[in-house]
Amino acid sequence: MYVEMKNISKSFADCKACDDISFGIEQGKLVALLGPSGSGKTTLLRMIAGLEIQDGGDILIDGRVVNDVPGKDREIGFVFQNYALFRYMTVYDNIAYGLKIKKVPAKQIRETVMELIGLVGLSGMEKRYPAQLSGGQKQRVAFARALALKPKLLLLDEPFAAIDAKVRKELRNWLKDMISRVGITSIFVTHDQDEAVEVADDILIINEGRLEQIGRPLDIYKHPNTPFVAQFIGSSVVLDSFTGFKGFDEVKNDSKVVIRPEFVEAFKGDNPRFNKLISAAEKGTLRNIQFRGNCLEISLEVNGVILSTNRSLERRPVRIGDEMYVIVYRIYVINNEETAVHKNVLLKDINVEML
Amino acid sequence: MMNKKAYKRIIPGFGLSFGITLLYLGFIVIIPLCSLVIFTAGISPGVFLETVTRPRVLSSYMVSFSTALAAAVVDAVMGVIIAWVLVRYQFPGKKLMNGIIELPFALPTAVAGISLTHLTTDKGWIGKMFHDAFGIDIAYTRLGITVALVFIGIPFVVRSVEPVLEKMDRGVEEAADMLGAGRTKIFFDIILPEIAPALFSGFSLSFARGLGEYGSVVFIAGNKPYETEIAPLMILSQLQEYDYTSATAIALVMLIAAFIILLINSYIQSRSAKITGGMA
Ligand SMILES: Nc1ncnc2c1ncn2[C@@H]1O[C@H](COP(=O)(O)OP(=O)(O)O)[C@@H](O)[C@H]1O
Ligand SMILES: [Mg+2]
Repeated sequence: MYVEMKNISKSFADCKACDDISFGIEQGKLVALLGPSGSGKTTLLRMIAGLEIQDGGDILIDGRVVNDVPGKDREIGFVFQNYALFRYMTVYDNIAYGLKIKKVPAKQIRETVMELIGLVGLSGMEKRYPAQLSGGQKQRVAFARALALKPKLLLLDEPFAAIDAKVRKELRNWLKDMISRVGITSIFVTHDQDEAVEVADDILIINEGRLEQIGRPLDIYKHPNTPFVAQFIGSSVVLDSFTGFKGFDEVKNDSKVVIRPEFVEAFKGDNPRFNKLISAAEKGTLRNIQFRGNCLEISLEVNGVILSTNRSLERRPVRIGDEMYVIVYRIYVINNEETAVHKNVLLKDINVEML
Repeated sequence: MMNKKAYKRIIPGFGLSFGITLLYLGFIVIIPLCSLVIFTAGISPGVFLETVTRPRVLSSYMVSFSTALAAAVVDAVMGVIIAWVLVRYQFPGKKLMNGIIELPFALPTAVAGISLTHLTTDKGWIGKMFHDAFGIDIAYTRLGITVALVFIGIPFVVRSVEPVLEKMDRGVEEAADMLGAGRTKIFFDIILPEIAPALFSGFSLSFARGLGEYGSVVFIAGNKPYETEIAPLMILSQLQEYDYTSATAIALVMLIAAFIILLINSYIQSRSAKITGGMA
């Protein structure tokens, strides 16, 4: 483990920003800290960087307890949320700043800076001031500046938040590519699940100052540990109770049921393709239709609960109020941090993947 | 041909407000100042030069410039420290302290002058202390003039620098810190360039004000010719002798000096605006 957090807590006045958080990050990994706004991601990142001191717990970097080591001596590069570039310095001077402080010989500074400027694709812009750069270019300067001292750990706070949607996708791939080229252990903060899933090797999900789950994106998607994670990763419906649905036993006590759109199928009664499934389906009424760019998301009321599913644009048009058959392939049942997958027992003999 | 639509503005009332601005500038600022120039233009260059190079006049310029400059420098340093404390720290009485900053603006300058003089004569609280401890006299010396000008000029610097410090992104300091910069380096490399334009603005205003300050200075100066006689006093004494020609000639030199200071300031402001606005 390159970075280890052990029982980290941090409060601001009466607001618990981090509550007994423990995790480890392996060397060379690109990790996303994912959570809704105000969940404590920035605070956690700043504590790793030594910009904030934890109230309790230990932070280890490369096996060394760094609780009392100032940030500048932790060999960390930090990319701030709004870049925090030095406005009165050129691109070149911004990147060179840390090297000048370290009193690196001028010739070597020049070499390092020019190499970094080349790496981030800003050749020819070294004499510009930050105000003359686009958001994406500022981001690149901030990235290069953070790398100039050859840190062993790179921390990025919402690196794409201030960039418009179009460029953001491009920059995501760019950053992933850069980080793997430099080969540096990196942690980035984001509130956008798509960003985390696309860019990160591992995802840490934070909610209200607590660590909900850590793991590979696909594993988290397939096995959410908590209702929060199930809801936050991928879209899904969370139900407090799920009773008397065809093919499922009643879910008892205070377990929660999570149903993803992929787990639900809706079809008209005269559709021959689903003939065999009708016996396992419930009747529902179409309540809402939303266009999702490449499909429709339709919501149906079934036995008093609203379920939603995605419908291909190639299929028959449907209208609000239509009566449809609704089948649920499987559900997540989550209680006390444990997730179980329950399958529709009426479909035991049918290979639903072949439909 | 320009498209007429291009002149349409979202904020209405440009014509009216610009007209009022021009009228104001014309009546209150430009016309009175021009009249000074025109009046002086009536004097032959020889007379003008003779007037402004009289040894007593020259020495009064010297007194005014040196004390105003020294006071502006002190104001710049002290003003940054006060603004820093007001912006960055929380302490009881902060609101009161913030209010007191403007006192020199609100107080009749004569009141300030008299009280400062009382304090700093060799019988006053502070004056006695300095006289006994270091053998330094404050009142009736150039030091005294400087003290009065520091008092008058400090709000200019505090009020210019304060909003800039308030707006400054703390992340920039943290970024420098993560790159290994110590406190002193952070101040000189990061904070100073950010506040420099505002600081220079406060400095020039305080300098220009110091050049022309009369009320708070005459009491503490003692007005000894060749030693503590300030230029505004020279103008006044010429007026009292009904020598309008000399008075305006001396005044014109002051006007030009103030104008140059403000011109330099405006150049510096526009240069820094270019860097932060992306037009450098
Ligand atoms: N300097 C601070 N002073 C007081 N409260 C803070 C401070 N920084 C963060 N907080 C609080 O801590 C919580 C977590 O904040 P933050 O770590 O910034 O969340 P995130 O980055 O996930 O949006 C929030 O409720 C926020 O209001
Ligand atoms: Mg944040």
